[in-house]
Amino acid sequence: MLTAIDWIIMLVYFVFVLGIGLALKRYMRTSTDFFLAGRSIPAWVCGLAFISANLGAQEVIGMGASGAKYGISTSHFYWIGAIPAMIFVGVFMMPFYYGSRARSVPEYLRLRFDEKTRAFNAVSFAVMTVFSSGISMYAMAKLIQTLHVFDAPFQRLGLPLSWVFHAGILVSAVVVLAYIFLGGLSSAIYNEVLQFFLIVAGFLPLVYLGLRNVGGWAGLKARLAPGYTHSWMGMGSAHTNRLGVEWFGLAMGLGFVLSFGYWCTDFLVVQRAMAANSMSAARRTPLIAAFPKMFFPLLVILPGLIAIALPTQSSTTVASAQSYAVIVPEGQGLIPPKIDPATGRPLHDNQGNVQLDYDLAIPNMLLHYFPTGILGLGLTALLASFMSGMAGNVTAFNTVWTYDIYQSYINPKAGDQHYLWMGRMATIFGIVLSIFAAYMANSFNNIMDMLQLVFAFVNAPLFATFLLGMFWRRTTGHGAFTGLLAGTLTAALHHSITLPAGAGPGVKGGWLALVHTYPSEMAQNFWTAIFAWTACFVLTIAVSMVTRAYEPGRLKGLVYSLTERPQTQHLPWYQRPGILALVALAIVVLLNIIFM
Amino acid sequence: MKLDIRLPLGLLFVIFGLLLGGFGLFGSKTIYDRSLGIDINLWWGAAMLLFGLAMTLLSRRGEQDAPADRERHGAAEP
Repeated sequence: MLTAIDWIIMLVYFVFVLGIGLALKRYMRTSTDFFLAGRSIPAWVCGLAFISANLGAQEVIGMGASGAKYGISTSHFYWIGAIPAMIFVGVFMMPFYYGSRARSVPEYLRLRFDEKTRAFNAVSFAVMTVFSSGISMYAMAKLIQTLHVFDAPFQRLGLPLSWVFHAGILVSAVVVLAYIFLGGLSSAIYNEVLQFFLIVAGFLPLVYLGLRNVGGWAGLKARLAPGYTHSWMGMGSAHTNRLGVEWFGLAMGLGFVLSFGYWCTDFLVVQRAMAANSMSAARRTPLIAAFPKMFFPLLVILPGLIAIALPTQSSTTVASAQSYAVIVPEGQGLIPPKIDPATGRPLHDNQGNVQLDYDLAIPNMLLHYFPTGILGLGLTALLASFMSGMAGNVTAFNTVWTYDIYQSYINPKAGDQHYLWMGRMATIFGIVLSIFAAYMANSFNNIMDMLQLVFAFVNAPLFATFLLGMFWRRTTGHGAFTGLLAGTLTAALHHSITLPAGAGPGVKGGWLALVHTYPSEMAQNFWTAIFAWTACFVLTIAVSMVTRAYEPGRLKGLVYSLTERPQTQHLPWYQRPGILALVALAIVVLLNIIFM
Repeated sequence: MKLDIRLPLGLLFVIFGLLLGGFGLFGSKTIYDRSLGIDINLWWGAAMLLFGLAMTLLSRRGEQDAPADRERHGAAEP
């Protein structure tokens, strides 16, 4: 399947990735250089790194899968579920993140509130981010194994095929470890920019070929049911659209709570903005990132739609979970059915329908349209997207560990060079922990689901805490901590008493009692988020009101009412955050209208 | 001074462009059934080569402009 040119392309890419790490090593003189790239990165570079770090494989594969399953409604995850939050964090929150000189998100919480709030955030984030990295690694190794692209060289070397999985994990771990160990955040950011352009280079021709093959967007609309190609159709009720959620749950659950919770508080992305070389650059970072982000649906979601719109392939050599077999007729388009490993036959759900393996939408699209040569480019792009997600997690981890856990609680009095050394050590054990998490994901699928659930519980209330912290001076540390705790527990409680339709009690919910059934898992997720956020918001206010207020002097630069507004009049229009924000909003509204 | 990202970015795409474009130009022509008969390696290789050259040129110009820019920005940026 793959020939020499494909291998050469992959090799060249890895050489560049490591080369960048080597080239930047000499600039790593202080801990600020290592963890914050010396706060010297231009806005456009930070902006592309911002979006690239977020673009893990789960995003690329997952969005393709959702495109095949739900259609263009998946774009809501971008146009509602990302852009507004990215605009908000750039315009309104970066002045506090950047202006406070906090070196991490938990450190901002320490400055604004107190140690226990910082500790809650630092520890939960550190654990979450290392597990995310492990899941990325696992997903990549699994995919490499499924595509069977490394089978031929492994056989020629006389190695057992089961080693492909382990090789995938090891190679990705070593490469990411090497370039972050050497060049820190700078290295991660530079490689993320490379990865961004590589992803565009790998997927743009795929979309071009696919659209040309099906007759453009009009051709796609003709081949698919209307619900696939109209993102707002049937959103009035959860029972009339494919997502299984109504517009309110979508807007508030995804658009507000989950989206703002991620983009405004997750250190993985905020770190890239903190590395910027000025306040206006830091504010512009998420705004610059918003522009490519809003066009990404065309790059990753459309291939999913095309994959399911094609006539069911019954003889093309494509991948399915078992082998390079022919697709049994139970598949749809390029999507094979999920195979029961015990019987080798397609799996069915409780309504008797075949379960499709949507995750294979994008990989099969690559294999279907790309001849050797550009196929190497496409696969490299896929690998690059996995690695950029991993690297984002690792840099966030080594910073939070070193500054917020090690320096705060274990060894506060060491010199800067010691913390630089610690950062490098943290990179190593962060990767080791990720490998551990990857193998856990391989062996204990349910545990991983549970862990991801816990992380969702912790994330949901976060934005309420930051919102109140940045915009209401009366918020106190006791209030913030209580709110976070209450929000997390509320999320767990809501999950324990509800179930999505068609699921049994267990990791999907309902493990305490069954009070309500949602039409879909997505609806349940969004409403869990809404309840958790509200609980956090209400309790933070309530407890803050009955605890002692902070002196205004202490909050200068940390709260909206006590901070000077950043000056932007002297900047050209394309460098003013307000203008960029309005342009981004206008375009995203237009996109929604076009694909309505 | 710090390495300008446009340099490695440009170089990478120049190399990719030459590799793919060269393969599309001189390699086997029978493999393009799946890409709807289009020699996608040649066309996309050429596009990447142009992009890579543009990035490399921008990075060189950036180095020459740097000292003047820094003075200007130093005064204006908050």
